[in-house]
Amino acid sequence: MNNSIALKSILTKEIQRFMRIWVQTLVPPAITISLYFVIFGSLIGSRIGEMGGFDYMSFIVPGLIMMSVITNSYSNVASSFFSAKWQRNVEEMLVAPVPNWVIVAGYVGGGMCRGILVGLIVTLVSLLFVDIQLHNIWIIIATVTLTSATFALGGLINAIFAGSFDDISIIPTFILTPLTYLGGVFYSISLLPEFWQGVSQANPIVYMVNAFRYGFLGISDVSLVTAFAVISFFIVTLFTIAMVLISKGIGLRS
Amino acid sequence: MTYALEISALAKTYKGGFQALKGIDLTVSQGDFFALLGPNGAGKSTSIGVITSLVNKTGGQVKVFGYDIDTDLEKAKSFIGLVPQEFNFSQFEPLINILVNQAGYYGVSKTVAIERAEKYLRQLELWDKRDEPARSLSGGMKRRLMIARALMHEPKMLILDEPTAGVDIELRRSMWDFLRELNQQGITIILTTHYLEEAEMLCRNIAIIDGGEIVEDTSMKKLLAQLDTETFVFDIKAGKSINELEQFAEQSSTIAYRVVDDHTLEVDLNKSQNLNQAFEQLIAANIEVLSMRNKSNRLEALFVSLINNKPSKAKAKAKQASAAVGAN
Repeated sequence: MNNSIALKSILTKEIQRFMRIWVQTLVPPAITISLYFVIFGSLIGSRIGEMGGFDYMSFIVPGLIMMSVITNSYSNVASSFFSAKWQRNVEEMLVAPVPNWVIVAGYVGGGMCRGILVGLIVTLVSLLFVDIQLHNIWIIIATVTLTSATFALGGLINAIFAGSFDDISIIPTFILTPLTYLGGVFYSISLLPEFWQGVSQANPIVYMVNAFRYGFLGISDVSLVTAFAVISFFIVTLFTIAMVLISKGIGLRS
Repeated sequence: MTYALEISALAKTYKGGFQALKGIDLTVSQGDFFALLGPNGAGKSTSIGVITSLVNKTGGQVKVFGYDIDTDLEKAKSFIGLVPQEFNFSQFEPLINILVNQAGYYGVSKTVAIERAEKYLRQLELWDKRDEPARSLSGGMKRRLMIARALMHEPKMLILDEPTAGVDIELRRSMWDFLRELNQQGITIILTTHYLEEAEMLCRNIAIIDGGEIVEDTSMKKLLAQLDTETFVFDIKAGKSINELEQFAEQSSTIAYRVVDDHTLEVDLNKSQNLNQAFEQLIAANIEVLSMRNKSNRLEALFVSLINNKPSKAKAKAKQASAAVGAN
């Protein structure tokens, strides 16, 4: 059995899915981010002044790109895998000799592709508002790749447990969005009181946003080693959980 | 010779405690055209679910072409093509993508998959629809799409769970021809259906499942030979009154006739009787038969009798046990 063909098939299907509905998947993030740039960057940002030694618009660009990557990686896998469960076409894979890791990798890969593509679109949109600096392209690539993988895995686990379409919007609304907004996208956590700085360190998105910002601006509230260690820990943990759930057939097999 | 399918002591109890399969044993030979019949909730779909790994079994063993699904699941899966009861493809994808992706899950390269997709879409008269989303298809077309999808990796065994449900007669017959052709090519076919005529016309061997137990497992010929009585309906030429016909029916001591109306008679023939005897009596009574047909499907009569009358395996075991206790 050629697993690479199976992996390519799942990946192709996933990419075809979000490209087919590009108006729903690729355009809204560009519009939302444009609004963030106009409101927080141009209108309010000009009154805020500098943050971390950079004008406010330049400071928030990496965080906004990362926010789009996180949201889109997560929601792509959550909605696609849940739809496959709901329409029962997930059975196409379950009856075939596709190893569980290939199913996980295929869906996560699809989520990463959408997350990264949206990240690129948002980056292009941001060029209309600000000159983007590049401090270390490899840090940028590594952070965006690992972060999209982390949230794609999270979306997959959400979809495995979900019993209705409501269940795939609860986590993004009540957990993901607050964590992102409190993850240092719009501010440096060094501005917070000491207690809240400590609390913020429990938020994994802080590490992702800061590592990503380091790639662009060369500044970070956390050490890069810690940031990559935290992201890697989440990837390994979430991948293991996803594999166990699919192997046991939770939410998939009766 | 290795069986295409070998099931032993297969059990499934769902979380709520419902025992869908109570330790069934079943074998299907390679190249067979096999019917698995049973009323709703008998355990047919659960059995198919376990074989195809969509349902986790709670006991027993399943081997597909000698490969145990507990130890060689991926190998076992590679032999099976499944046509499920419910439409389970993405409604939004074009047909060609559904087929090519499905082949990919089995490791079939894209070039080969496209060739096969064309072959099966043409054979099943769906080629013109290849670029349309699946939701635009009619019910019959969707059924054919699922058959094409199941064949994309050229399986050695095809399992069809009610493949002709909701399909019109003409299309059903063309699907029968297609399935016969596949079987002649050497593909083992396992079929569940509610159309018993379908099973009788297509299948060589049959198992009947009821209440999670196999109540009959034999060849179609042997099963039909169990039929004691067959009912025929005679359409007769007008001219005899109902009273005259009833008098004729009462006078016949050897054959049981029933008068339906003044131009219809029903006759029950058991194994020791034949139609010639009935015709001799009808000719002697000057009753002209214009046409004749079977009242009901023969298999249907047997099916109903087996489901209603056959003691379950559990009951039979209990009976044997109590007899043994009595003997001691």
